Amino acid sequence: MMFNAPETQKMNATLAPASSSNQSSAALPKTFQTVRTPDPEPRKVRVHAQDVSVFYGPKQALFDVSIDIPEKAVTAFIGPSGCGKSTFLRCLNRMNDTIEGARVSGTIQLDGEDLYDPKLDVVELRARIGMVFQKPNPFPKTIFENVAYGPRIHGLAKSKTDLEQIVVESLQKASLFNEVKDRLHEVGTGLSGGQQQRLCIARAIAVSPEVILMDEPCSALDPIATAKIEELIDELRANYTIVIVTHSMQQAARVSQRTAFFHLGILVEEGPTEMMFTSPAEKRTQDYITGRFG
Amino acid sequence: MSVSAMSSPAASAGSPNRSRIQASLRRRRNAEKRFRFYGIASVTVAIGFVLFLFSTILHEGLPAFWQPVVKVDVTFDPAIIKVDPKPVADTDQSPAALRRANLDWQRKVTMVNWNRIIENSIRAEAPDVEMSARDVQFLVSQNERYRLRDMFVENPDLLGKTVPIELLASANVDVWLKGDIDRSLASDRQQLPEAARMLADRFYEDGRIRMAFSSVLFTNTDSRNAPAEAGLLGAFIGSLYMMIIVIVLAVPVGVASAIYLEEFAPKNKLTDLIEVNINNLAAVPSIVFGLLGAAVFINYFHLPLSAPMAGGLVLSLMTLPTVIIATRASLRAVPPSLRQAALGLGASRTQTVFHHVLPVTYPGILTATIIGVAQAIGETAPLLLIGMNAFVTTLPVTPLDQSTALPVQIFLWEGNENRNYFEPKTAAAIIVLLSVMLALNAIAIVLRSRFERRA
Repeated sequence: MMFNAPETQKMNATLAPASSSNQSSAALPKTFQTVRTPDPEPRKVRVHAQDVSVFYGPKQALFDVSIDIPEKAVTAFIGPSGCGKSTFLRCLNRMNDTIEGARVSGTIQLDGEDLYDPKLDVVELRARIGMVFQKPNPFPKTIFENVAYGPRIHGLAKSKTDLEQIVVESLQKASLFNEVKDRLHEVGTGLSGGQQQRLCIARAIAVSPEVILMDEPCSALDPIATAKIEELIDELRANYTIVIVTHSMQQAARVSQRTAFFHLGILVEEGPTEMMFTSPAEKRTQDYITGRFG
Repeated sequence: MSVSAMSSPAASAGSPNRSRIQASLRRRRNAEKRFRFYGIASVTVAIGFVLFLFSTILHEGLPAFWQPVVKVDVTFDPAIIKVDPKPVADTDQSPAALRRANLDWQRKVTMVNWNRIIENSIRAEAPDVEMSARDVQFLVSQNERYRLRDMFVENPDLLGKTVPIELLASANVDVWLKGDIDRSLASDRQQLPEAARMLADRFYEDGRIRMAFSSVLFTNTDSRNAPAEAGLLGAFIGSLYMMIIVIVLAVPVGVASAIYLEEFAPKNKLTDLIEVNINNLAAVPSIVFGLLGAAVFINYFHLPLSAPMAGGLVLSLMTLPTVIIATRASLRAVPPSLRQAALGLGASRTQTVFHHVLPVTYPGILTATIIGVAQAIGETAPLLLIGMNAFVTTLPVTPLDQSTALPVQIFLWEGNENRNYFEPKTAAAIIVLLSVMLALNAIAIVLRSRFERRA
């Protein structure tokens, strides 16, 4: 396969090819080499991605990303807009399948099982890997129905009381139950933005997924709601493997144990969050987290 | 930013920008005023046209909902009704024989000169007036004699009795009393003979002729020999059958195709072609669908001519593109986040569509359906080509019986040679059709608001 680094593509389009004074062209040879720093105490790997590339039609959005996502920890994907972090996240539960013309190459494994195996049922996969979206998107149904929907379609509840118990527990885990316990049968879209997002998280954990993917879950929320969600993520970490895409570096620093920095479709660096924000190995990471670009 | 800081550049006299902005402000304000004026003017014109149309129709059509009836004392004169008593069940008679005897008796009753009975009762009301039998016949609608016959068949005890009955006046009396004919015309150019005109005026003055609500308009089918009794029921039933066929065929098929095309079909050349074709079909003149119906349903499948079945099929074809396009539009308006939410939870594509996307689009689909159906039942041109402009005096019992439709009935009455009588009647039929449309739209609005409240 022939890959062009996106920097060069961009340069060819805008600058003379001979130009070498540009900073990014100097960094070219390193682009496919992700700088990796392992955790001091290694964690069990849950999701393993190897050489994942994503194409939207003829356009390549992601270049040979390889990463291991540890169990019972929060992994944050950071990077400037359009860097491919959301694209990569969407590969992990095959939501890219729903986009016309999207193509994924490489391998992604959940506990050693190939997610892109043609024999694998994507419906089952999405029950195992839940997702929370950028904009709160509760169903225009009651709060109860929102949470009960997942367990119901997957047949997780044996009886009505069982289902009610799952709903209550999920709402409790999402620290929403106390706020909505008196109006479970009112529409979920009537809640505030932060409550809606926690409802979406409750909906996602109601099917007891193994991994939860969060695509900028706080970008549409105010600071107080954000703080609640972050607290929630921290609690959920004890039982779930969480991957979160965020624009806010403070958020990544606050909630995650590992951080991966994406830039122009390339995974530049990944390592323990503390190290990433104090002494990154890559200059581009350093530039991004200090706000020099992004 | 403080107010003084904002206003300080503007306050500084002689700033060249300020005068420029002010000049442009004036221009912008004028443009806005002009545009508002154009808007108000065009709305006024549009409302004016609609008001004119409606007031004309109502002015023309409302009087046709009332028809003159003549109240007379009808004597079931044994001297004219010379029939045996109604056969009664005998012990040694088979049911078939009884039925035959009954039919025999009814035939004899029909042969009675019922016109003479009507004539006598009218003469009794105005003994001083010299008139011929023909003059009297002009006064009362032709088919009223059958009503008397039916009354007698129903109740043979009426023989020899005198009962007050309101007989429907003829169409010509209607026209004369309502002033739909020039009363100053010479006698040989009038529709009623002189004696009948005089009688009508006299009865109307002394209250023996009154304007009664025209129930025949809603209970009878079309009629030519007794125009006063022509009604819309046959056309209404025909339209109803077609409406049901359109709802049963076009709506499920249209909604299903829209769902498939929008949610499941791959986007490729073939679906592009289908999409273009559907959009073009919506623009095909309706008469072309009529031709297609005549060729396919009548000639090839040998469906009966003038049947609501054929008409309903043609109208379904015509409505399909409308339903498909409107349903697709409302599906497209569903935010993708809703689909992602369901898919991300592990719902299959079908579950996503049927559990989440479709319920949100119910109001839109409903509106599309009702607009499509309303358009279909208002359609005339394609029905003319499959023979639904026939003169049908029987009620269609099944969708395969001959029938006509409301808009076609309007078309037929508009072309009736008895102009001055049928013109108001046409307007009345238009009012009925418009009421049906308004009722459909009202249902759509009520249902839509109900669905929206639930969602």
